[in-house]
Amino acid sequence: MYAAAIFLPLLGAAIAGFFGRRIGDRASQIVTCAGVGLGAVLSIPIFFSVAVGGNEEVVTLATWINSGTFETAWALRFDTLSAVMVMTVTCVSFLIHVYAVGYMSHDDCKPRFMAYLSLFTFAMLMLVTADNLVQLFFGWEGVGVVSYLLIGFWFKKPTANAAAIKAFVVNRVGDFGFLLGIFGIYLLVDAVSFDTVFDAVPSHAEDAVTFFGIEGHALTLIALLLFVGAMGKSAQLFLHTWLPDAMEGPTPVSALIHAATMVTAGVFLVARMSPLFEYAPAALEVVTVVGASTAFFAATIGCVQNDIKRVIAYSTCSQLGYMFFACGVGAYSAAIFHLMTHAWFKALLFLGSGSVIHAMSDEQDMRKMGGIWKHVKVTYAMMWIGTLALVAVPPFAGYYSKDMILEAAYGAHTSVGQYAFIMGIAAALMTAFYSGRLLFMTFHGEPRAEKEVMDHVHESPLIMTLPLAGLAIGAIFAGYIGYDVFIGDGRDMFWRDAIAVLGNDPIEAAHHVPAWVVWSPMVVTLLGLGLAYHLYMRRPDIPGRLAASYPLVYKFLLNKWYFDELYDFLFVRPAFRIGRVLWKRGDEGVIDRFGPDGISASVIAGAKRLGAVQTGYLYHYAFAMIIGIALFVSWIVVGG
Amino acid sequence: MNAFIENLPLLSVVTFTPLLGVLLLLTIRADDSEIVARNSRWVALWVTLGTFVASLLIWANFDNGTADFQFVEKHDWFPSYGIQYHMGVDGISMLFVILSTFLTPICVLASWDAIKTRVREYMISFLILETMMVGMFCALDMVLFYVFFEGVLIPMFLIIGVWGGTRRVYSAFKFFLYTLTGSVLLLVAMLAMYFTAGTTDIPTLMTTRFPFDTQFWLWLGLFASFAVKVPMWPVHTWLPDAHVEAPTAGSVILAGVLLKMGGYGFLRFSLPMLPLASEYFTPLVYTLSIIAVIYTSLVALAQEDMKKLIAYSSVAHMGFVTVGIFAATQQAVQGAVYQMLSHGIVSGALFLCVGVVYDRLHTREIERYGGLVNNMPKYAFVFMLMMLASVGLPGTSGFVGEFLVLAGVFQVNTWVSLLTATGVILGATYMLYLYRRVIYGELTKEDLKGLPDLSRRELVIFAPLVIIVMWMGVYPTSFLAVMDVSVAKLIADYNAAIGAESAALNMADGIRLALGR
Repeated sequence: MYAAAIFLPLLGAAIAGFFGRRIGDRASQIVTCAGVGLGAVLSIPIFFSVAVGGNEEVVTLATWINSGTFETAWALRFDTLSAVMVMTVTCVSFLIHVYAVGYMSHDDCKPRFMAYLSLFTFAMLMLVTADNLVQLFFGWEGVGVVSYLLIGFWFKKPTANAAAIKAFVVNRVGDFGFLLGIFGIYLLVDAVSFDTVFDAVPSHAEDAVTFFGIEGHALTLIALLLFVGAMGKSAQLFLHTWLPDAMEGPTPVSALIHAATMVTAGVFLVARMSPLFEYAPAALEVVTVVGASTAFFAATIGCVQNDIKRVIAYSTCSQLGYMFFACGVGAYSAAIFHLMTHAWFKALLFLGSGSVIHAMSDEQDMRKMGGIWKHVKVTYAMMWIGTLALVAVPPFAGYYSKDMILEAAYGAHTSVGQYAFIMGIAAALMTAFYSGRLLFMTFHGEPRAEKEVMDHVHESPLIMTLPLAGLAIGAIFAGYIGYDVFIGDGRDMFWRDAIAVLGNDPIEAAHHVPAWVVWSPMVVTLLGLGLAYHLYMRRPDIPGRLAASYPLVYKFLLNKWYFDELYDFLFVRPAFRIGRVLWKRGDEGVIDRFGPDGISASVIAGAKRLGAVQTGYLYHYAFAMIIGIALFVSWIVVGG
Repeated sequence: MNAFIENLPLLSVVTFTPLLGVLLLLTIRADDSEIVARNSRWVALWVTLGTFVASLLIWANFDNGTADFQFVEKHDWFPSYGIQYHMGVDGISMLFVILSTFLTPICVLASWDAIKTRVREYMISFLILETMMVGMFCALDMVLFYVFFEGVLIPMFLIIGVWGGTRRVYSAFKFFLYTLTGSVLLLVAMLAMYFTAGTTDIPTLMTTRFPFDTQFWLWLGLFASFAVKVPMWPVHTWLPDAHVEAPTAGSVILAGVLLKMGGYGFLRFSLPMLPLASEYFTPLVYTLSIIAVIYTSLVALAQEDMKKLIAYSSVAHMGFVTVGIFAATQQAVQGAVYQMLSHGIVSGALFLCVGVVYDRLHTREIERYGGLVNNMPKYAFVFMLMMLASVGLPGTSGFVGEFLVLAGVFQVNTWVSLLTATGVILGATYMLYLYRRVIYGELTKEDLKGLPDLSRRELVIFAPLVIIVMWMGVYPTSFLAVMDVSVAKLIADYNAAIGAESAALNMADGIRLALGR
């Protein structure tokens, strides 16, 4: 049962991918949905048995890479953490599969798309059930490559191809850190499987090592390297640039990559490695600061974007920041709780926006929308549910998880915790603002689309709205249902050894924060929504005037703090230029010129000169012979 | 090992069966050149397939549990000089034999339609080449080794020079000059070893301890030859030219097997016979390898010719190999060998991928392509898989080698591991960029629209490569277990030799101290 839940999606992907043309579109859709659907069905008893019943399980399948003391196996590890992830991933993914059947109904390559989705699900499941770091890396790279394929799904669009490559390469930068982190762990404890590593970590708590000339605390360095990997995958500050561009892919892709699965892998990694991070307090502080800064930074950009999917993408980036700083202050359970609720409501928002795009004849620019709520009532309602969950209005899911994160940050009583709290509150204000802005711009006000488009605005078919409803149920109830076991009184029974916290329990501290801390997220949320209502419903002329009177700020935000331009200037263009110079000047100009070409040229020149000696005149040769004999004789006489 | 196999000189059979094929080819008598060509192709295919099957017998009867040489054959050759016909394989060389015999029939198939002139002579070259390659990996006598090692050059030179592209003569000479210069120094070093140790027997030489000064010069002599073969920076510039001008199958063998001769040489000669010098020169090797990884990756990014790009990527990948070999830890060396095997398959497959479109359009210029996925989906899939294997995606063969090398190197030198690992990022960049320009995009160019997808013959070529790449990625134990013990012994001996030397130095210091000097 355990293995089946993981491998059924792979089977579906293989059938649809290799035989898609032969068995047809419909069969491919059925087989992939069935694969993931069965996985989702199986994940529920697994969840209850593992997380609730406490029957942790490791299913060993085969050896993988064995070399000397380096041993890894293909093994599936089911503890509370992975059971939660498996259930979330398969359930959300199943709904996205079903939705994709409707969304992609006009596309020519349905089997390929469904195969990618299933393959992605499989890779994500391998990631979360990994029993060792290398297998985790397998899933990690697996989701990376499938996301590359999915983002570039419409391969005829040059922008899609560019975005796909960007996503892969930026992720590789993160993976580079992750890899080095794995090597560091192996160097330190001579193993890479989780149980062995976690058992060994306490005895190495004080070890110092020298990596790259830096002498330092071993576990801190390792944790930081791993975190670089997490930053790449979870699009944290500096390595976030791939994520908004990834919107080039079809909408179900955005949902799958951004909401339920791939980008949360970084958070999962930190939570999974919590027994190690807990011994690296300095690394945790870095995690907190980076997370909090990302939460703030991404939210600022989200406030001015006009592409509906990009707003949600930046929102995701920002929410991931929340999860990270929760981890940073030790509230891993709150981070995973938010990850789980976020999966539901963010997938809902993405798919809802897909439904809007579908209705608007593939228009994504919110400036060309407006006034459509009457035509797409179901989608409209769904978007409201998703938004309320995102901005953390009770009793929607996000309220439970996000408030806990903010309280935990405050309750940590550290300076980085305070920083995270302030950034988090500011980001919450902006979250409410851009979410409200999105809703009002898209659905209300005067219709700004062309008449033909407006005439065609229609509600999506049932195959798309039903998955929305499924996700909406999660977005409404997941927080309420999960609260007690994830972060409430049942939490110790629930998590057991899956995550580790040294010292004070930050969740406990979060339950004892002053009342104003508890209330402030609510207040800023209402403020943000109110501001959005004022600016985009009552006085829609103000935003334009604001942008005009502060052009620098507006441009700075609209252009995403100019990160793309900076990286292009610093890395991309120099790489190509240096490559060319090394090729033309290095290889051809120096090595070949003074190497083989130079030698053969001088050999030819020398041979010509030698050839000139062969004049053909007898007396020249006779003269040469005499000189030779004279030299020979004198050498014998003198030398002898 | 059953009695029949035991009595069979299996290594000689595998080595010389292709030569029997050459005799067969020479007996073909027909006036019509078309008939000669057809018969030559079939004979070459069956002979190479037979050789491959025979080589599988080696694997099937190979004992993973011992580091000793197996299937040993020993006969006097030049008794007065103590030179023997001595063959044998251990866990390091055995898989290279299989790699050679596996790739040759694929090369024959890949040349099926592409080679139209002098088909018989072409096939003869390939069969001789196979004998030389297999013999080189089996030889346990230095003279025998040298004969095979150099013998490889001649058919390869002919394959490039006769059946190559427009600048084939320049490339063939460049190839020949580079490798020959190295070979001369190799010969000198081998003669020096013979005169010092009095034997050309490789297993004996492995236990011979040369003094450090001797090792120093011998190492440089060997290095000159092996570094060219690998190729290491800065003696790599023959490779792009040779690849560009070679026919597809020539590139496959060149990248698949010939580049491995250098790495194999380091493992068979430099490390075991000259451990002190190897340790002394490790920083040099590290430096050159890191330059190779970064430099050639960047150069690959700027390439406009598909074959050149893959050729440069080969140099970068072989940089991982040399780093791994000289790091001399279990993981690093196993990773290096694995990387060589994987690179043999993957880069061979990539050259075949180039060959597929080259056969159809007769250009390798990247700009001329684009949007091939639209009419060649099967091709796009194979190319995609090989590209991902080349960038080291977990689950493909490329990952295991790279990962083990980097993990092993990290244990001895974190900086080297870090700098080498940048190849992981750069590799992804140039390969994805290549793939995008050739495969993705709109199909706008008129002459591309008519290109047919992979033919049945091409599918037959690619299917085994695809399977092996996945197999090596998912269940590498089949291959790692073969070399486990041999590599462990190599490293143990290496460390023992270095340890003994430093112990001796310490003792000398101690005596000097005790004597109060």
